[in-house]
Amino acid sequence: MKKLTRPMLYLLLALAACILLSIGVGSIFIPPGQIFRVIGAAIANQPLEGNAEKYRVILLTLRLPRTLLMALTGAALAGSGAAYQGLFRNPLADPYLIGAASGAGLGAVIALTLKWPAGSLGFMAVPLFAFLTALATVFLVYQMAKTGSAIPVTNLILAGVAVSSFATALTSFLMINASGELRRALVWLLGGSTLAGWKPLLAQLPYTLIGLGILLAMAYRLNVLQFGDEQAGQLGVNVARSRAWIVLAATMVTAAAVAFTGIIGFVGLVVPHILRSRTGGDMRRLLPLSLVGGAIFLLAADILARVLMAPQELPVGIITALCGAPFFLLVLRQTKKEMW
Amino acid sequence: MLLRVNLQSAGYPGRNVLSDIRFELPEGRVLALIGPNGCGKTTLIRAISGVLPVMQGELHVNGTDLLSASQAERARLVAVVPQSTHIPPAFLVEDAVLMGRTPFIDWMGRTSNQDLEIARSAMDKTDVAQFAGRYCGDLSAGERQRVTLARALAQDTPVLLMDEPTSHLDLRYQIEFLELTLKLAAEMGKTVMAALHDLNLAARFGDEVLAMKSGQMVMHGETREVLNPRTLESIYGLPVSVFDAPDDNGIVILPK
Repeated sequence: MKKLTRPMLYLLLALAACILLSIGVGSIFIPPGQIFRVIGAAIANQPLEGNAEKYRVILLTLRLPRTLLMALTGAALAGSGAAYQGLFRNPLADPYLIGAASGAGLGAVIALTLKWPAGSLGFMAVPLFAFLTALATVFLVYQMAKTGSAIPVTNLILAGVAVSSFATALTSFLMINASGELRRALVWLLGGSTLAGWKPLLAQLPYTLIGLGILLAMAYRLNVLQFGDEQAGQLGVNVARSRAWIVLAATMVTAAAVAFTGIIGFVGLVVPHILRSRTGGDMRRLLPLSLVGGAIFLLAADILARVLMAPQELPVGIITALCGAPFFLLVLRQTKKEMW
Repeated sequence: MLLRVNLQSAGYPGRNVLSDIRFELPEGRVLALIGPNGCGKTTLIRAISGVLPVMQGELHVNGTDLLSASQAERARLVAVVPQSTHIPPAFLVEDAVLMGRTPFIDWMGRTSNQDLEIARSAMDKTDVAQFAGRYCGDLSAGERQRVTLARALAQDTPVLLMDEPTSHLDLRYQIEFLELTLKLAAEMGKTVMAALHDLNLAARFGDEVLAMKSGQMVMHGETREVLNPRTLESIYGLPVSVFDAPDDNGIVILPK
C-alpha cells in the first residue's frame, strides 16, 4: 500500500488555508490575525472590545459555523461519492447523479410540508425523512440499472436521471402547493445555506460522523468488492452484508448533507475522480483523502458563491454544477474510450 | 479423498443448472473439466467456491463441509482463478495479490508480516514481483492473469479451481500459464480442477478428465479413457479423431 501521510498533509494545509479564507472573506473582511485572536479569546472566555468585538459576533455566529458546515458537507458528499463509486464499480456514481440527493431532497421537503413543530423534533424529522427517501431512491435506481450482476454506465446514469427527475418533480409539486414558508425551501434546495448559526452544523454532525466512520471502516471491504461480487465472495467476503452497510452509511451521509445544506451536485464526482487519478484506487487512501478534498472543494465553491456577485450571494450548488457538469462530460468521454 | 462433490442439484432461483454431479478427487491431482458452452462448467466452479445461490447435496474439502462453512472458511480451502482477466485498474499489483489474504485477516484488512511474506512468495513464483509497484491497469492480459494466479496462490488453499483461465491468452501464454500453474500446484501440493475448452490443453495437462453435457456428468476417468472419439462426439455433437501425438506420449484431438 502506498503511503497516506504526504498527500494527506498537503490536503490538510490547503484545507487550513481555505478555512481561514472562508472565515475572512465577506462584506466585512476579517484578517487571519484577528481570526486567531477572536477564537483564542472565545476559548479563554475573555471579553473583547471595539473592532474585535464586531469581528467576534460575525465570526462566531455567522462565518465559523457556515465554514464548518460547508467543510463537513463537502467531506460528506465526496466521501459518499467515493463509496458509491466503489460500490457500483462505476466512476460516474455520485450522490447527485444516482438520485440519492434528489431523493433526500424530496424526503426533506415532505418533512417540511408536514409542518412538524419547530425545534428538536423537526430537526430530527427532516434528516430522517431525507434518509428514508434517499435509500428508496438508491434502491430503485440500482434495481433498474442492474442487468444480471453488472451495472452498465449508461443504465446507471439513465436510471439515475429518470428517478431523480421524478423525485424533483414531486418536490416541486409539494413546494408549489405549499405557500410562503416553503419559498425558503427552494433556495435551500439549490444548495444555498439559509440556516445560520450552529444548529444545522450540530444537527448534521452525528449522522455524518457515524456514516463516514462506517465507510472508513469498510474501506478494505470496498477494495475487495472492486473485483466484482463473485470474486469478492470467493475471497471470503460476505458480499451482501458488506454492500448493505456501505449503501446505508453512504446514503445516511448524503441525506444528512442534503437535509441541512440542500442539493449540491458534483462534489462526490469531481473530488474522488481527481484524487483517484493521482493516488490510485485503494479505498483506504482514497476515502480519507476524498473527505479532506471534498471539504476544500466545497469551501472554495462557497467562497466564490459569496464574492462573485457580492453583496448578493449565489447558491453554492450553482458553482459546483458550473464546474462539475463539464467535468462530468469529460469523464464520460474517457469512460467511453475505455469501453469501446 | 481431498475433494468430494455430491450435488443433487445446483443453480439459481427458478433455474436449475446442475443435476447429479458426483465425483472425488485425490490430493495433488489435476482434473480437466470439459464440455460444450453452457454445459455447466462455470456453474460447477461457482458451486464449489460457494457463490451459487441454490445448492443441494454435499461438498467436502479435506473432510470439511463447504455448504455449512462460512464464506471466509470456504475461501481458506478453495481459491479460484476466474475466466475474466479484469483486475480493478487503479490498484497496485502488490495490493491486488495481497487481497488473496482476505480470508485470513480481519475485516479492516490489517496484514501481518506473515501475510506479506506469503504474498511476496506468491509474486516471486508467478514472476510478477518485477511489477509489484505498478498499476494493474498498465499490464497486458497475460501479466494480469499471472497476478490473478498470484492472488489465488496467496490464498494458500488446498484446492485451486480455474475457469477457462487461458481463454483470453494467445497460444504461447496459454501453454506458459498452464505449465507454470501446474508446476506450482505440484510444488505446493494443490489439488486442481480446471475448466478448459481446448481439448488438447485438457489432454496435455489433465491427470483426469470430467466430461459434462447439459448440466450432467457424462464421464469421469483417466484422461486417455475419457478423451475418446465416441464420448467427445456424444458431448459436442461433432465427429472427432484422436491421434497419438508424434513426439511424446500425449494425444491430439481434431474435428473430422
